[in-house]
Amino acid sequence: MSSKKLKLLSDPINLNNPITVQVLGICSALAVTVKLEPAVVLSLSVFFVLAFANVIISLLRNTIPSRIRIIVQLVIIAALVILVDQVLKAYAYDVSKQLSVFVGLIITNCIIMGRLEAFALGNKPWPSFLDGIGNAAGYGLILIIVAFFRELLGSGSLWGIQVIPDSFYNLGYENNGFMILPPMALMVVAVIIWVQRSKSKELVETN
Amino acid sequence: MEEIVNIFVKSIFIDNMIFAYFLGMCSYLAVSKTVPTATGLGLAVIFVLGITVPVNYLIENFLLKKGALEWIMGDAAASIDLSFLSFIMFIAVIASMVQLVEMVVEKFAPTLYSELGIFLPLIAVNCAILGGALFMQEREYTSIVEATSFALGSGVGWFLAIVGIAAIREKIRYSNVPAPLRGLGITFIITGLMGIAFMSFMGIKL
Repeated sequence: MSSKKLKLLSDPINLNNPITVQVLGICSALAVTVKLEPAVVLSLSVFFVLAFANVIISLLRNTIPSRIRIIVQLVIIAALVILVDQVLKAYAYDVSKQLSVFVGLIITNCIIMGRLEAFALGNKPWPSFLDGIGNAAGYGLILIIVAFFRELLGSGSLWGIQVIPDSFYNLGYENNGFMILPPMALMVVAVIIWVQRSKSKELVETN
Repeated sequence: MEEIVNIFVKSIFIDNMIFAYFLGMCSYLAVSKTVPTATGLGLAVIFVLGITVPVNYLIENFLLKKGALEWIMGDAAASIDLSFLSFIMFIAVIASMVQLVEMVVEKFAPTLYSELGIFLPLIAVNCAILGGALFMQEREYTSIVEATSFALGSGVGWFLAIVGIAAIREKIRYSNVPAPLRGLGITFIITGLMGIAFMSFMGIKL
Protein backbone atom coordinates (compact mmCIF):
# COMPACT_ATOMS: atom_id res chain seq x y z
CA MET A 1 0.00 0.00 0.00
CA SER A 2 1.47 3.33 -1.00
CA SER A 3 1.98 6.09 1.53
CA LYS A 4 -0.79 8.17 -0.08
CA LYS A 5 -3.30 5.41 0.52
CA LEU A 6 -2.04 4.89 4.04
CA LYS A 7 -2.61 8.59 4.67
CA LEU A 8 -6.27 8.14 3.66
CA LEU A 9 -6.59 5.70 6.53
CA SER A 10 -4.54 7.47 9.18
CA ASP A 11 -5.46 11.12 8.59
CA PRO A 12 -9.07 10.94 9.79
CA ILE A 13 -8.00 9.27 13.02
CA ASN A 14 -6.10 12.29 14.29
CA LEU A 15 -5.40 15.37 12.18
CA ASN A 16 -8.59 15.30 10.16
CA ASN A 17 -10.86 13.59 12.67
CA PRO A 18 -14.50 13.75 11.57
CA ILE A 19 -15.82 14.75 14.99
CA THR A 20 -13.21 17.01 16.51
CA VAL A 21 -11.87 18.67 13.34
CA GLN A 22 -14.41 18.37 10.52
CA VAL A 23 -17.32 18.76 13.00
CA LEU A 24 -19.44 16.13 11.29
CA GLY A 25 -21.70 13.48 12.77
CA ILE A 26 -21.96 14.95 16.23
CA CYS A 27 -25.68 14.40 16.63
CA SER A 28 -25.61 10.67 17.08
CA ALA A 29 -22.13 10.64 18.59
CA LEU A 30 -23.18 12.27 21.83
CA ALA A 31 -26.52 10.72 22.54
CA VAL A 32 -25.46 7.07 22.60
CA THR A 33 -22.33 7.37 24.72
CA VAL A 34 -23.78 6.78 28.18
CA LYS A 35 -22.68 3.13 28.01
CA LEU A 36 -19.86 1.46 26.12
CA GLU A 37 -21.94 -1.23 24.43
CA PRO A 38 -24.36 0.93 22.39
CA ALA A 39 -21.44 3.18 21.43
CA VAL A 40 -19.50 0.25 19.99
CA VAL A 41 -22.56 -1.09 18.18
CA LEU A 42 -23.30 2.32 16.65
CA SER A 43 -19.65 2.72 15.58
CA LEU A 44 -19.77 -0.66 13.84
CA SER A 45 -23.03 0.25 12.10
CA VAL A 46 -21.59 3.54 10.86
CA PHE A 47 -18.42 1.67 9.80
CA PHE A 48 -20.47 -0.66 7.62
CA VAL A 49 -22.75 2.01 6.15
CA LEU A 50 -19.97 4.50 5.45
CA ALA A 51 -17.60 2.02 3.79
CA PHE A 52 -20.24 0.56 1.50
CA ALA A 53 -22.04 3.82 0.70
CA ASN A 54 -18.67 5.25 -0.32
CA VAL A 55 -17.96 2.29 -2.62
CA ILE A 56 -21.42 2.31 -4.20
CA ILE A 57 -21.46 6.05 -4.84
CA SER A 58 -17.94 5.87 -6.19
CA LEU A 59 -18.97 3.16 -8.66
CA LEU A 60 -21.97 5.22 -9.76
CA ARG A 61 -20.19 8.56 -9.74
CA ASN A 62 -20.14 8.99 -13.52
CA THR A 63 -23.79 8.06 -14.04
CA ILE A 64 -25.49 10.17 -11.35
CA PRO A 65 -26.80 13.49 -12.71
CA SER A 66 -25.47 16.15 -10.35
CA ARG A 67 -28.85 17.86 -9.91
CA ILE A 68 -30.47 14.89 -8.19
CA ARG A 69 -27.38 13.47 -6.52
CA ILE A 70 -28.53 14.27 -2.97
CA ILE A 71 -31.68 12.20 -3.33
CA VAL A 72 -29.72 9.32 -4.91
CA GLN A 73 -27.21 9.44 -2.05
CA LEU A 74 -29.96 9.50 0.56
CA VAL A 75 -31.72 6.51 -0.98
CA ILE A 76 -28.51 4.45 -1.06
CA ILE A 77 -27.69 5.35 2.53
CA ALA A 78 -31.26 4.66 3.65
CA ALA A 79 -31.21 1.21 2.03
CA LEU A 80 -27.95 0.32 3.81
CA VAL A 81 -29.28 1.64 7.11
CA ILE A 82 -32.45 -0.47 6.78
CA LEU A 83 -30.18 -3.51 6.40
CA VAL A 84 -28.28 -2.59 9.56
CA ASP A 85 -31.49 -1.91 11.46
CA GLN A 86 -33.05 -5.25 10.52
CA VAL A 87 -29.88 -7.15 11.44
CA LEU A 88 -29.70 -5.38 14.82
CA LYS A 89 -33.36 -6.09 15.52
CA ALA A 90 -32.80 -9.76 14.76
CA TYR A 91 -29.52 -10.39 16.57
CA ALA A 92 -29.12 -7.65 19.20
CA TYR A 93 -32.63 -6.64 20.14
CA ASP A 94 -31.75 -5.03 23.50
CA VAL A 95 -29.09 -2.80 22.03
CA SER A 96 -31.38 -1.91 19.15
CA LYS A 97 -34.01 -0.77 21.69
CA GLN A 98 -31.40 1.31 23.54
CA LEU A 99 -30.25 3.00 20.37
CA SER A 100 -33.91 3.68 19.44
CA VAL A 101 -34.06 6.37 16.76
CA PHE A 102 -30.31 6.74 16.46
CA VAL A 103 -29.93 3.82 14.07
CA GLY A 104 -32.33 5.57 11.72
CA LEU A 105 -30.49 8.81 12.22
CA ILE A 106 -27.35 7.31 10.65
CA ILE A 107 -29.10 8.32 7.40
CA THR A 108 -28.72 12.00 8.19
CA ASN A 109 -25.39 11.55 9.94
CA CYS A 110 -23.47 14.38 8.34
CA ILE A 111 -20.31 12.28 8.26
CA ILE A 112 -21.74 9.99 5.61
CA MET A 113 -23.15 12.70 3.36
CA GLY A 114 -20.00 14.72 3.92
CA ARG A 115 -17.64 11.93 2.82
CA LEU A 116 -19.84 11.04 -0.16
CA GLU A 117 -19.86 14.63 -1.35
CA ALA A 118 -16.26 15.41 -0.57
CA PHE A 119 -14.56 12.17 -1.54
CA ALA A 120 -16.55 9.36 -3.14
CA LEU A 121 -18.01 11.53 -5.92
CA GLY A 122 -14.53 12.28 -7.24
CA ASN A 123 -12.48 9.16 -6.57
CA LYS A 124 -12.15 5.50 -7.55
CA PRO A 125 -13.83 2.76 -5.45
CA TRP A 126 -10.72 1.44 -3.65
CA PRO A 127 -9.51 4.81 -2.28
CA SER A 128 -13.14 5.61 -1.41
CA PHE A 129 -13.39 2.39 0.56
CA LEU A 130 -10.20 3.26 2.47
CA ASP A 131 -11.47 6.78 3.10
CA GLY A 132 -14.73 5.36 4.43
CA ILE A 133 -12.91 2.98 6.76
CA GLY A 134 -10.57 5.70 8.01
CA ASN A 135 -13.34 8.17 8.75
CA ALA A 136 -15.53 5.57 10.41
CA ALA A 137 -12.57 4.56 12.57
CA GLY A 138 -11.90 8.16 13.59
CA TYR A 139 -15.57 8.56 14.45
CA GLY A 140 -15.70 5.29 16.39
CA LEU A 141 -12.53 6.16 18.29
CA ILE A 142 -14.03 9.36 19.71
CA LEU A 143 -17.31 7.62 20.49
CA ILE A 144 -15.54 4.88 22.40
CA ILE A 145 -13.31 7.28 24.35
CA VAL A 146 -16.33 9.35 25.40
CA ALA A 147 -18.37 6.28 26.30
CA PHE A 148 -15.45 4.79 28.27
CA PHE A 149 -15.15 7.80 30.55
CA ARG A 150 -18.88 8.34 30.91
CA GLU A 151 -19.58 4.75 31.85
CA LEU A 152 -16.55 4.43 34.13
CA LEU A 153 -17.20 7.63 36.06
CA GLY A 154 -20.99 7.65 35.79
CA SER A 155 -21.89 4.05 36.56
CA GLY A 156 -18.61 2.61 37.83
CA SER A 157 -18.76 -0.14 35.23
CA LEU A 158 -17.43 -1.02 31.78
CA TRP A 159 -19.53 -2.97 29.26
CA GLY A 160 -22.07 -3.47 32.04
CA ILE A 161 -19.54 -5.14 34.38
CA GLN A 162 -18.69 -3.37 37.61
CA VAL A 163 -14.99 -2.44 37.63
CA ILE A 164 -14.76 -0.15 40.64
CA PRO A 165 -14.44 -2.51 43.65
CA ASP A 166 -16.95 -2.46 46.49
CA SER A 167 -14.24 -1.48 48.95
CA PHE A 168 -14.03 1.93 47.21
CA TYR A 169 -17.74 2.48 47.77
CA ASN A 170 -17.33 1.44 51.42
CA LEU A 171 -14.67 4.14 51.78
CA GLY A 172 -17.18 6.74 50.61
CA TYR A 173 -16.55 6.83 46.83
CA GLU A 174 -19.69 7.63 44.86
CA ASN A 175 -20.55 7.44 41.18
CA ASN A 176 -20.72 10.82 39.52
CA GLY A 177 -24.37 10.86 38.45
CA PHE A 178 -23.65 13.98 36.43
CA MET A 179 -21.72 11.97 33.84
CA ILE A 180 -24.86 10.11 32.82
CA LEU A 181 -26.69 13.32 31.89
CA PRO A 182 -26.58 14.44 28.24
CA PRO A 183 -24.67 17.76 28.71
CA MET A 184 -21.61 15.95 30.07
CA ALA A 185 -21.06 14.27 26.70
CA LEU A 186 -20.40 17.74 25.28
CA MET A 187 -17.95 18.50 28.09
CA VAL A 188 -16.03 15.27 27.50
CA VAL A 189 -15.75 16.01 23.77
CA ALA A 190 -14.59 19.54 24.61
CA VAL A 191 -11.84 18.08 26.80
CA ILE A 192 -10.79 15.72 23.99
CA ILE A 193 -10.62 18.70 21.62
CA TRP A 194 -8.58 20.60 24.18
CA VAL A 195 -6.07 17.76 24.57
CA GLN A 196 -5.84 17.16 20.83
CA ARG A 197 -5.31 20.80 19.94
CA SER A 198 -2.74 21.36 22.65
CA LYS A 199 -0.74 18.54 21.07
CA SER A 200 -1.20 19.53 17.41
CA LYS A 201 -0.87 23.29 17.33
CA GLU A 202 -1.78 23.59 13.64
CA LEU A 203 -5.42 22.81 14.49
CA VAL A 204 -5.88 25.83 16.76
CA GLU A 205 -8.50 28.27 15.47
CA THR A 206 -7.71 31.96 15.40
CA ASN A 207 -10.90 33.16 16.98
CA MET B 1 -56.69 20.70 24.14
CA GLU B 2 -54.76 20.53 27.39
CA GLU B 3 -52.81 17.55 26.09
CA ILE B 4 -51.85 19.47 22.95
CA VAL B 5 -50.49 22.47 24.85
CA ASN B 6 -48.66 20.06 27.15
CA ILE B 7 -46.95 18.33 24.21
CA PHE B 8 -46.02 21.70 22.72
CA VAL B 9 -44.39 23.06 25.89
CA LYS B 10 -42.78 19.73 26.68
CA SER B 11 -41.11 19.50 23.29
CA ILE B 12 -39.75 23.05 23.56
CA PHE B 13 -38.19 22.84 27.00
CA ILE B 14 -37.96 19.30 28.35
CA ASP B 15 -37.41 17.23 25.22
CA ASN B 16 -35.44 19.98 23.53
CA MET B 17 -33.99 18.64 20.29
CA ILE B 18 -30.52 20.04 20.93
CA PHE B 19 -30.04 19.89 24.68
CA ALA B 20 -31.74 16.57 25.35
CA TYR B 21 -31.12 14.62 22.14
CA PHE B 22 -28.31 16.46 20.29
CA LEU B 23 -30.22 16.48 17.01
CA GLY B 24 -29.21 18.92 14.32
CA MET B 25 -25.87 19.56 16.00
CA CYS B 26 -23.93 19.80 12.74
CA SER B 27 -25.80 22.80 11.39
CA TYR B 28 -26.17 24.12 14.95
CA LEU B 29 -22.39 24.36 15.26
CA ALA B 30 -21.70 25.42 11.68
CA VAL B 31 -24.30 28.16 11.24
CA SER B 32 -24.27 29.79 14.69
CA LYS B 33 -21.56 32.40 14.13
CA THR B 34 -23.94 35.38 13.84
CA VAL B 35 -27.48 36.00 15.08
CA PRO B 36 -29.20 36.91 11.76
CA THR B 37 -28.14 33.72 9.94
CA ALA B 38 -29.00 31.64 12.98
CA THR B 39 -32.48 33.21 13.05
CA GLY B 40 -32.98 32.41 9.36
CA LEU B 41 -32.01 28.78 9.78
CA GLY B 42 -34.11 28.44 12.93
CA LEU B 43 -37.22 29.74 11.16
CA ALA B 44 -36.61 27.42 8.23
CA VAL B 45 -36.36 24.44 10.59
CA ILE B 46 -39.66 25.32 12.33
CA PHE B 47 -41.28 25.63 8.91
CA VAL B 48 -40.00 22.35 7.48
CA LEU B 49 -40.67 20.38 10.69
CA GLY B 50 -44.21 21.76 10.78
CA ILE B 51 -44.83 20.43 7.27
CA THR B 52 -42.93 17.14 7.16
CA VAL B 53 -43.99 15.64 10.49
CA PRO B 54 -47.75 15.77 9.77
CA VAL B 55 -47.16 14.40 6.25
CA ASN B 56 -45.04 11.59 7.64
CA TYR B 57 -47.71 10.99 10.28
CA LEU B 58 -50.28 10.41 7.54
CA ILE B 59 -47.92 8.11 5.63
CA GLU B 60 -47.11 6.15 8.77
CA ASN B 61 -50.74 5.68 9.74
CA PHE B 62 -52.36 5.14 6.36
CA LEU B 63 -49.64 3.23 4.51
CA LEU B 64 -46.88 1.74 6.62
CA LYS B 65 -48.26 0.60 9.98
CA LYS B 66 -49.42 -2.96 10.50
CA GLY B 67 -52.93 -3.18 9.08
CA ALA B 68 -52.84 0.44 7.93
CA LEU B 69 -53.77 -0.49 4.37
CA GLU B 70 -57.22 -1.73 5.42
CA TRP B 71 -58.86 1.46 4.22
CA ILE B 72 -58.19 0.54 0.58
CA MET B 73 -57.79 -3.21 0.52
CA GLY B 74 -60.19 -4.38 3.21
CA ASP B 75 -59.48 -7.27 5.56
CA ALA B 76 -56.94 -8.84 3.23
CA ALA B 77 -54.45 -6.14 4.26
CA ALA B 78 -54.77 -6.69 8.01
CA SER B 79 -51.47 -8.57 8.21
CA ILE B 80 -49.41 -6.35 5.91
CA ASP B 81 -46.68 -4.55 7.85
CA LEU B 82 -44.54 -2.18 5.84
CA SER B 83 -42.96 -0.36 8.75
CA PHE B 84 -39.46 -1.57 7.80
CA LEU B 85 -39.76 0.83 4.87
CA SER B 86 -40.26 3.83 7.13
CA PHE B 87 -36.68 5.16 6.97
CA ILE B 88 -36.64 5.30 3.21
CA MET B 89 -40.16 6.77 3.02
CA PHE B 90 -39.47 9.43 5.65
CA ILE B 91 -36.24 10.57 4.07
CA ALA B 92 -37.83 10.62 0.60
CA VAL B 93 -40.72 12.71 1.95
CA ILE B 94 -38.30 15.09 3.65
CA ALA B 95 -36.06 15.50 0.62
CA SER B 96 -38.95 16.08 -1.75
CA MET B 97 -40.80 18.37 0.69
CA VAL B 98 -37.71 20.50 1.10
CA GLN B 99 -37.44 20.74 -2.68
CA LEU B 100 -41.14 21.60 -2.95
CA VAL B 101 -41.06 24.16 -0.15
CA GLU B 102 -38.05 25.72 -1.82
CA MET B 103 -39.90 26.13 -5.12
CA VAL B 104 -43.08 27.46 -3.49
CA VAL B 105 -41.20 29.96 -1.34
CA GLU B 106 -39.18 31.10 -4.36
CA LYS B 107 -42.37 31.70 -6.34
CA PHE B 108 -44.58 33.35 -3.73
CA ALA B 109 -42.21 34.92 -1.22
CA PRO B 110 -39.01 35.91 -3.03
CA THR B 111 -37.79 38.09 -0.15
CA LEU B 112 -38.06 35.23 2.36
CA TYR B 113 -36.36 32.98 -0.21
CA SER B 114 -33.37 35.26 -0.60
CA GLU B 115 -33.12 35.58 3.18
CA LEU B 116 -33.10 31.82 3.75
CA GLY B 117 -30.82 31.27 0.77
CA ILE B 118 -28.67 28.17 1.08
CA PHE B 119 -30.26 27.05 4.36
CA LEU B 120 -33.38 25.59 2.78
CA PRO B 121 -31.65 22.80 0.79
CA LEU B 122 -29.29 22.13 3.73
CA ILE B 123 -32.24 21.25 5.91
CA ALA B 124 -32.85 17.97 4.06
CA VAL B 125 -29.90 16.47 5.90
CA ASN B 126 -30.56 18.14 9.25
CA CYS B 127 -30.92 15.33 11.79
CA ALA B 128 -33.57 17.32 13.67
CA ILE B 129 -36.04 16.89 10.81
CA LEU B 130 -35.63 13.13 10.41
CA GLY B 131 -35.40 12.87 14.19
CA GLY B 132 -38.79 14.61 14.45
CA ALA B 133 -40.32 12.03 12.12
CA LEU B 134 -38.73 9.10 13.96
CA PHE B 135 -39.73 10.34 17.42
CA MET B 136 -43.25 10.88 16.10
CA GLN B 137 -43.28 7.21 15.06
CA GLU B 138 -41.78 5.99 18.33
CA ARG B 139 -44.02 7.96 20.68
CA GLU B 140 -47.23 6.97 18.87
CA TYR B 141 -49.16 10.23 18.97
CA THR B 142 -52.87 9.61 18.73
CA SER B 143 -53.89 12.36 16.33
CA ILE B 144 -52.40 14.51 13.63
CA VAL B 145 -52.98 17.60 15.79
CA GLU B 146 -50.76 16.16 18.52
CA ALA B 147 -48.10 15.28 15.96
CA THR B 148 -48.21 18.82 14.57
CA SER B 149 -47.94 20.43 17.97
CA PHE B 150 -44.96 18.18 18.75
CA ALA B 151 -43.33 19.22 15.45
CA LEU B 152 -43.86 22.94 16.02
CA GLY B 153 -42.69 22.68 19.63
CA SER B 154 -39.50 20.89 18.63
CA GLY B 155 -38.88 23.48 15.93
CA VAL B 156 -39.31 26.36 18.38
CA GLY B 157 -36.98 24.63 20.85
CA TRP B 158 -34.32 24.26 18.16
CA PHE B 159 -34.80 27.90 17.14
CA LEU B 160 -34.32 29.11 20.73
CA ALA B 161 -31.19 27.02 21.11
CA ILE B 162 -29.47 28.20 17.94
CA VAL B 163 -30.31 31.88 18.46
CA GLY B 164 -29.07 31.65 22.04
CA ILE B 165 -25.73 30.09 21.13
CA ALA B 166 -25.24 32.55 18.24
CA ALA B 167 -25.72 35.51 20.59
CA ILE B 168 -23.23 34.05 23.07
CA ARG B 169 -20.68 33.30 20.34
CA GLU B 170 -20.88 36.89 19.09
CA LYS B 171 -19.91 38.10 22.55
CA ILE B 172 -17.28 35.48 23.30
CA ARG B 173 -15.05 36.82 20.56
CA TYR B 174 -13.98 39.51 23.01
CA SER B 175 -12.98 37.03 25.71
CA ASN B 176 -9.59 35.52 26.28
CA VAL B 177 -10.27 31.82 25.73
CA PRO B 178 -7.32 29.37 26.05
CA ALA B 179 -5.95 28.92 22.52
CA PRO B 180 -6.69 25.19 22.04
CA LEU B 181 -10.30 25.71 23.12
CA ARG B 182 -11.02 28.60 20.77
CA GLY B 183 -13.84 28.12 18.28
CA LEU B 184 -15.16 24.60 18.51
CA GLY B 185 -14.08 23.63 22.02
CA ILE B 186 -15.62 26.57 23.84
CA THR B 187 -18.83 26.20 21.81
CA PHE B 188 -19.16 22.63 23.08
CA ILE B 189 -18.67 23.75 26.65
CA ILE B 190 -21.22 26.57 26.34
CA THR B 191 -23.73 24.16 24.80
CA GLY B 192 -23.15 21.81 27.71
CA LEU B 193 -23.77 24.57 30.22
CA MET B 194 -26.93 25.64 28.38
CA GLY B 195 -28.04 22.00 28.45
CA ILE B 196 -27.56 21.88 32.21
CA ALA B 197 -29.65 25.04 32.51
CA PHE B 198 -32.40 23.53 30.37
CA MET B 199 -32.44 20.46 32.60
CA SER B 200 -34.02 22.53 35.33
CA PHE B 201 -37.25 22.38 33.30
CA MET B 202 -37.38 18.63 33.79
CA GLY B 203 -40.58 17.32 35.31
CA ILE B 204 -42.68 20.39 34.52
CA LYS B 205 -46.26 19.49 33.61
CA LEU B 206 -49.11 21.77 32.68
